[in-house]
Amino acid sequence: MEIPYTVQNRPDTGIYNAKLGIWLFLASEVMLFGGLFSAYILLRVGAEPGMWPHGWLNVTLGTINTLLLALSAITTLLAWAACKVRDFTKFKVFHACTILLALTFLGIKSYEYHDKLIHYEIALFNGKFADGHLVEKSVDFDLVKKTGTVTLHGHIVEDRKELMDLRSPEALSAQHEGITIAAADIKKMENYGPKHNTFTAIYFTLTGLHALHILGGTLVIFYFWAFGGAMWKTDPERFTNRIEVSGLFWHFVDLVWIFLFPVLYLT
Amino acid sequence: MSESEKPVSLQSYVRLCAVVFLVVVCTTSAMIATSFSHIGDGWTLKVTLILAIAVVNAFLVAGYLMHLLSEKKLIYTVLAFTVFFFIGLVGLTLWATNGFPPGTASH
Repeated sequence: MEIPYTVQNRPDTGIYNAKLGIWLFLASEVMLFGGLFSAYILLRVGAEPGMWPHGWLNVTLGTINTLLLALSAITTLLAWAACKVRDFTKFKVFHACTILLALTFLGIKSYEYHDKLIHYEIALFNGKFADGHLVEKSVDFDLVKKTGTVTLHGHIVEDRKELMDLRSPEALSAQHEGITIAAADIKKMENYGPKHNTFTAIYFTLTGLHALHILGGTLVIFYFWAFGGAMWKTDPERFTNRIEVSGLFWHFVDLVWIFLFPVLYLT
Repeated sequence: MSESEKPVSLQSYVRLCAVVFLVVVCTTSAMIATSFSHIGDGWTLKVTLILAIAVVNAFLVAGYLMHLLSEKKLIYTVLAFTVFFFIGLVGLTLWATNGFPPGTASH
């Protein structure tokens, strides 16, 4: 049985079915991310004064990822344009670029996650806070038994609020060095994972969901890149429409990042 | 006829993409510069400016790369509904920010 309107436009809608389908899907995606952005706004305006983090994320890496996604959106459009002019070789080149750019984006995101997961805040019994990246734990380190030591590359502050704004002059002038702390001196030790505070929770949720979209989009694009040749030979118009639909999804993912980057990294 | 149905010239798309990428680089730089500048007393003005620049960026992607500047009426209708419900989602949530039922919040 032939599926209708995969190439020809439906007379009543004026577009082919897959295009209407992807736009309806994107509308539902707007509501999904909209709910999470609402949660972000609520958490931010509800935070105690001085307790919403600033400068916790690496702006350089965020900027590189922004440009990578913008470039990948462009190569996606060019891949579709190459299909339109019936140049399958150029399509393969442009979509290979998209896949490589997407994988680089995910690699950088993974590095950022790893950086947060090895970054620790340690509350000490003397009321001070140690903050920095984990260098090593002694073999006998055990927080429950209070044995062993942990070494961080970071600094010690008097008040936890000093850790909130890493763009403040005090934070920028802080000397980071190796600090070894005995387990017996540690009241609480926690990394900057999703449960650290509401900022890291919404950061991991928003960027994690976005990264899953990138991964899903990359798999679809890879499928068309690797196995699209068969349909290209039999029905190039239908294949071109598939590339347009996957491209629309990819541009949407880029659009979401366009707002995630300033909201999380710059403000 | 929507943009995606018109005859395509790869060269014209390469030129369009080059311009779009250049503008994206400029707007991204402007957002970063605004973020590190000393505008206003707090973050309110900075956040407003940065988000305004982000909207320009989004317009470029949606308008030119997604061909939304020349799409069919049905797609605009779908998007109009989306915008309406999105505003409702965010607006109603913010409106209810402090509307805790009696006895459910201690602050």
